[in-house]
Amino acid sequence: MGRYTLRRLLQMIPVFIGSTFLIFFMVYALGDPVAALFGDKAPDPATAARIRKDLYLDEPLWRQYAHYMGQIFSGHFGTAFNGQPVTELMASAFPVTLRLTLVAVAFEMALGITLGVLSGLRRGRGLDTSVLLLTLVVVSVPTFVSGTVLQYLFGVRWGWASPSVSPEAPLTELLLPGVVLGLVSLAYTSRLTRTSIVENARADYVRTAVAKGLPRHRIVTRHLLRNSLIPVVTFIGTDIGALMGGAIVTERIFNIHGVGYQLYQGILRQNSPTVVGFVTILVIVFLLANLLVDLLYAVLDPRIRYA
Amino acid sequence: MPEPFDPRYDMTEAIAPAGGGGGGGGGGGPVDPAASGPQALKGGSILNGGPPRGPWRLPLPWRKEPGRRLGGPAAPTGRGLWTDAWHDLRRNPIFIVSALIILFLVVIAIWPQLIASGNPYHGDLAKAQDGPAPGHPFGYDLQGRDVYTRTVYGARASITVGICATLGAALLGSALGGLAGYFGGWWDALLSRIADVFFGIPILLGGLVFLSVVTSGSVWPVVGFIVLLGWPQISRIARGSVVTVKEHDYVQAARVLGASSGRTLLRHIAPNAVAPVIVVATIALGTYISLEATLSFLGVGLKPPTVSWGIDISSAAAQIRNAPHMLLWPAGALSITVLAFIMLGDAVRDALDPKLR
Amino acid sequence: MAARLLDVRDLRVEFRTRDGIAEAVGGVSYAVDAGRTLAVLGESGSGKSVTAQAIMGILDSPPGRITGGQVLFQGRDLLTMGAEERRRIRGAAMAMIFQDALSALNPVVPVGAQLAEMYEVHLGMSRKDARRRAVELMDRVRIPAAAQRAGDYPHQFSGGMRQRIMIAMAMALEPDLIIADEPTTALDVTVQAQVMELLAELRREYAMGLVLITHDLGVVADVADTIAVMYAGRIVETAPVRDLYRRPAHPYTRGLLDSVPRVDHRGERLYAIKGAPPSPLALPSGCPFHPRCPRAQEVCRVERPPLYEVPAAGAAPASGGRTSACHFWKDELDALDAVNV
Repeated sequence: MGRYTLRRLLQMIPVFIGSTFLIFFMVYALGDPVAALFGDKAPDPATAARIRKDLYLDEPLWRQYAHYMGQIFSGHFGTAFNGQPVTELMASAFPVTLRLTLVAVAFEMALGITLGVLSGLRRGRGLDTSVLLLTLVVVSVPTFVSGTVLQYLFGVRWGWASPSVSPEAPLTELLLPGVVLGLVSLAYTSRLTRTSIVENARADYVRTAVAKGLPRHRIVTRHLLRNSLIPVVTFIGTDIGALMGGAIVTERIFNIHGVGYQLYQGILRQNSPTVVGFVTILVIVFLLANLLVDLLYAVLDPRIRYA
Repeated sequence: MPEPFDPRYDMTEAIAPAGGGGGGGGGGGPVDPAASGPQALKGGSILNGGPPRGPWRLPLPWRKEPGRRLGGPAAPTGRGLWTDAWHDLRRNPIFIVSALIILFLVVIAIWPQLIASGNPYHGDLAKAQDGPAPGHPFGYDLQGRDVYTRTVYGARASITVGICATLGAALLGSALGGLAGYFGGWWDALLSRIADVFFGIPILLGGLVFLSVVTSGSVWPVVGFIVLLGWPQISRIARGSVVTVKEHDYVQAARVLGASSGRTLLRHIAPNAVAPVIVVATIALGTYISLEATLSFLGVGLKPPTVSWGIDISSAAAQIRNAPHMLLWPAGALSITVLAFIMLGDAVRDALDPKLR
Repeated sequence: MAARLLDVRDLRVEFRTRDGIAEAVGGVSYAVDAGRTLAVLGESGSGKSVTAQAIMGILDSPPGRITGGQVLFQGRDLLTMGAEERRRIRGAAMAMIFQDALSALNPVVPVGAQLAEMYEVHLGMSRKDARRRAVELMDRVRIPAAAQRAGDYPHQFSGGMRQRIMIAMAMALEPDLIIADEPTTALDVTVQAQVMELLAELRREYAMGLVLITHDLGVVADVADTIAVMYAGRIVETAPVRDLYRRPAHPYTRGLLDSVPRVDHRGERLYAIKGAPPSPLALPSGCPFHPRCPRAQEVCRVERPPLYEVPAAGAAPASGGRTSACHFWKDELDALDAVNV
């Protein structure tokens, strides 16, 4: 298990470098961070040259990247467009997005797994068909549409929830946005659970459990669920990273001052330190989530652990 | 130690692109619909000159694969699989409905004038945000443009992006993944790591960053970006499916008999390995359309004057209190389009993979 | 006469498929007495495993469905019994051994726990006691270092060891009847003999009835008392094992025996039954074997043969007489006797 963890960690390093370099390349090589600093005005050539030197922009790209990464690992993320250090923005934004993601994941797990298990056990019946149809529709409606509509209905029309979230973003105000964020994942979770249950219900070991004379609830909980939920748990784990990165739409709709909001501001104002800094952290979160999922997988499935 | 097992191989299969249909999970490697064919043939009968004793397994047609026809198992050439699948699809109402919707969308994407005579750019400010009127069943938008005409013209951007991006990602992904799966070795390892790099970037974030620096507002940067981040997913599916098919006895036989790599790959492996790729690509098409609209909504994808559902929804979202009809029609059209492709992918998967039924 | 241990009467099972209804089992009757072994012989698709699943109550339904017949176990019909009552019998009074132990055991639960579960559920034992019994059980089926290996997972065992665990699971509560569905088919030939020996030994020790489902004539000869031969979802012949080998009373049985290579017939061409078994979706009219039968006459095409009583050769065995579902069973026997005399 220790070796497995170590191997996974080592495999992560080139992926981390590759992903962050790709983002860095897009922002610093495809874009022009200096021109962006001056907005619409034509930059004064001397000043521009000085900034280029300060930012190592006159060096080859890989040196720029190495310099930037060095800065990041010593905690210097640069300054945002409003002069605030990027780290300060992060300190205020990440807890908000984390809370939002947790609401979404809790919702996704509770409802998604329940619906998936119920429809998987009652395959072909009314509940199963309606869950299948419902999830199809949910998957088809993009988050920005469902978010706008739900915000209008619950927040404006019926007044059950607050249509926008205050800067402190308390948990109660994050319920509706969390549901919106988790909606599509919820559909996938329940479909994946259902498929997994249906597949495993046909497995020989379930037949054995029946032949052993076990009561139905024991067959379902001890044998069927134990196996069926392995892919579901790993999906949800991976999804945590994806949700944090995907929260940008939800945060924009509900005006939540989280990671997505700051990132969006950074992109609009073409502030490279903000963009690259936030994305680097998100990539780390994403990779760590995947690593944890791999380890979790090995814990849940002995066939991997002893491979 | 065996090759590193990545649980996401299963997940990408099950969850298709950035989310997809929900197919197989568990087990090892992607589900290969063709897998049961040759094995079914392998099981000999004690009466037909097969060895009278030995550890072969006798197939019981209905035990493992309840959906499979009792008569003929799929032939290893893949023809049986495709004929069977087509037979199933023609009788599947979900397939027929979604195929008709898609056909309709493609037609109006090419010739929007067929059903919309108006000009999508012409606005009459006096009628801004007005509701439905005779000849203008969906009402007017903020600039007094006809919502119906714009909704019809919006199909072109979505369909173009969806089809071009999927074709690009599928061709690139299956070529790279297929070769990696067939030849293995360092090229396979390298490709897997490169794919991991692209997987490391959340797709929406990557889109925001990439499209905020490549600013043209036309469909091509969007297509290019989706191909860039979409191919690794297809390549994983293609790789896994080629690896599975490669192990089958009839492929081994072809290689032993001296068929060249190219011939083996094209004649024996590709027809049997392509099914999962088609399924995932079809479902991906729907999510790519959704992704384009999301990027346009965020203001980095397509930009005016291109007519796009994403842009129209974005401007309508601000006016939802006064004029919900502005949001309803483009959002409905977008959702139905995405739904049609996902349903099509679902139906195709069911037809190609009897095990999942 | 006391009730037989297992008495299957005219059992019928059909499968609903997309291409119609397939009659997988079309009126099967066989019986086993306590302490005896019945071998059910047939090729794949003959319905022998489906019959066993129906008896055990583990038929996949849908698509499978029992459409008729009785399964009397110690005199009581399992098919009309309540679900809960039947569950208590499964595993405790009748148990099953599956062909492929790797897929039949739960991959993510240690084998010790899978064995202990039998004691926890059926006897209400505490987890600790149940674990202890599970280790004893593993010892009993001769798994080396049982105490250490109880925490291992199925994939960590060899094929033969896994099948021993399967057998241990079936023996756990010393049932009266064991149904073994091709218990050695998935194993290497050398291991097959060991596992079969263990099974026979345990059966003798606990005086259990055994239904041994197999397609392997070699396995059958050593352990069975009676043999039932199945073809296309029906019994075509039942006979005490010696009678069946010496004087088969059905052309299909004879074809099966002749297609086994024998040392004393070296150099001769092996016999093969022509044609292939019929699809359960389209069974031939009359006798389902007639298209492949060397003895077929017009009557075979038209009239389905009933199970004829065949007089036993020597002293009548305890398990009852012989039957054959062939119109010409007499001719078949006479032809054999003519050759042998």
